[in-house]
Amino acid sequence: MTVEPGEFCAVVGPSGCGKSTTLTMVAGLDRASEGTVSIGGQPVTGIGRGTSFMFQTDALLPWKSVLGNVAMGPLFRGVPKKSALTDARDWLRMVGLAGFEDRYPHQLSGGMRKRVALAAALINEPSILLMDEPFGALDVQTKAIMSNELLTLWDQSKPSVIFVTHDLEEAIALADKVVVMTAGPGTVKAVFDIDLPRPRGSVQEIRFGQRFTELHHEIWESLRDEVTRAYALTASAPAAEGVLS
Amino acid sequence: MTRRRLRVYTAQAAVFVIVFGGWQLLTSLKVVDPFFFGQPSGIVQTLVNWIRHGTSFGSIWLQISVTMEEAVIGFLIGTAAGVLVGVLLGQVRFLATVLSPYIKAVNALPRIVLGELFIIVLGLGIGSKVVLAGFLVFFVVFFNAFQGVREVDGNLVNNARILGASRMQVVRSVVIPSAMTWIIASLHVAFGFAVIGAIVGEILGAQHGLGVVITNSGNNFDTNGVFAGMIIIGAIALVAEWLISLLERRLLAWRPQTVAEATAA
Repeated sequence: MTVEPGEFCAVVGPSGCGKSTTLTMVAGLDRASEGTVSIGGQPVTGIGRGTSFMFQTDALLPWKSVLGNVAMGPLFRGVPKKSALTDARDWLRMVGLAGFEDRYPHQLSGGMRKRVALAAALINEPSILLMDEPFGALDVQTKAIMSNELLTLWDQSKPSVIFVTHDLEEAIALADKVVVMTAGPGTVKAVFDIDLPRPRGSVQEIRFGQRFTELHHEIWESLRDEVTRAYALTASAPAAEGVLS
Repeated sequence: MTRRRLRVYTAQAAVFVIVFGGWQLLTSLKVVDPFFFGQPSGIVQTLVNWIRHGTSFGSIWLQISVTMEEAVIGFLIGTAAGVLVGVLLGQVRFLATVLSPYIKAVNALPRIVLGELFIIVLGLGIGSKVVLAGFLVFFVVFFNAFQGVREVDGNLVNNARILGASRMQVVRSVVIPSAMTWIIASLHVAFGFAVIGAIVGEILGAQHGLGVVITNSGNNFDTNGVFAGMIIIGAIALVAEWLISLLERRLLAWRPQTVAEATAA
């Protein structure tokens, strides 16, 4: 599996196939037991400077204000406090949270917290943005709004994105390329190029296009087998245990 | 003042009147012997006497300040050491595993026994009490800090690392603030232990302090004196508790209000 610079790559696959693990290996948080991860031709040995990660659950520090959370990245990297805070204010404005700088994360809605996390991830100007089901916990409407905003922000700096999701529609609407992973030992099963033109406009509208439906149908064919297989594996596991005991 | 709060204060006053009024009444009627059980009026008299004429060991303020000095210094040293060692062992798993049986063994010792040792080594002065108080505080704070560090959300740590935090930065901006809830919770108990350490140290051997005053009263069968000493210690503990709650509110201001706090306010 290869992701080109500036490419938006979505990864779909059944639960437990190792989508998230793949991301942590790219991020340098985990080592691969087999095979290698390379960024720009160099094997990954630790956490790289050009990588940002957006987690499935909130990773905001609850005791820091929204502004403090966004300014964290530059501050860790030794940027002077004043310019880090100015940057953080700019980014908060860009994700539509001007005026919320002094709030604490628990005072915000789920969607707003995701915006903070997005600003915190992008402020380091990553060349690689890793996203692990970032909008999984949001309601459908908020998710659509966040997806639109993500595309707009991505378009400005064009980092390479690896976006892990369960939601095939979300994957097609956002990505240049959808990777389907297999169940059990997670390997790449198939890669689909998404030839929908950019800018895509609203992710809600795009779903009704004919090409979208065709792609969805095609990828779902491939994904369905894996989902069924993964389901069979988990369903038979307790039975096998029963036989052993 | 809300009605709810008014009711709480009224009930608190009622408890005071019932306990001390009943005590005064029963001892006046000789239902219980005031020689063994003391008497509120006698306790007040003793307190007034101490304030006016001082104790056999000098002014009462001197005794209080000596005990407080021992307790506060011990509290500060014990807390600092507890947080430091707790965070260190929480971070370095190897060290924690190696030291674990020793820590458990020392913690299981009745620490009062160590008071004797400290007095032999450090003498009858303030040093031996400070060390005993600090020792008692250390274990309370240490176990909480250690647990707090272990409970830190791995997501937060990973996020900080990816954002570019060094190991020290992770400890400073994620681990310690995260463990702070646990550490602060332990401080309430820890200050009580600091006072215990100071008083016990004084009882074992000292020239000044509330512990000395209380033992002396006890040796003279002066029950009112013992109770008066206890009341002073109780008042000190209440003030300390109030100060720690203030600190807690300041340091943990970011926390969402809990249901209990919301209904109490």
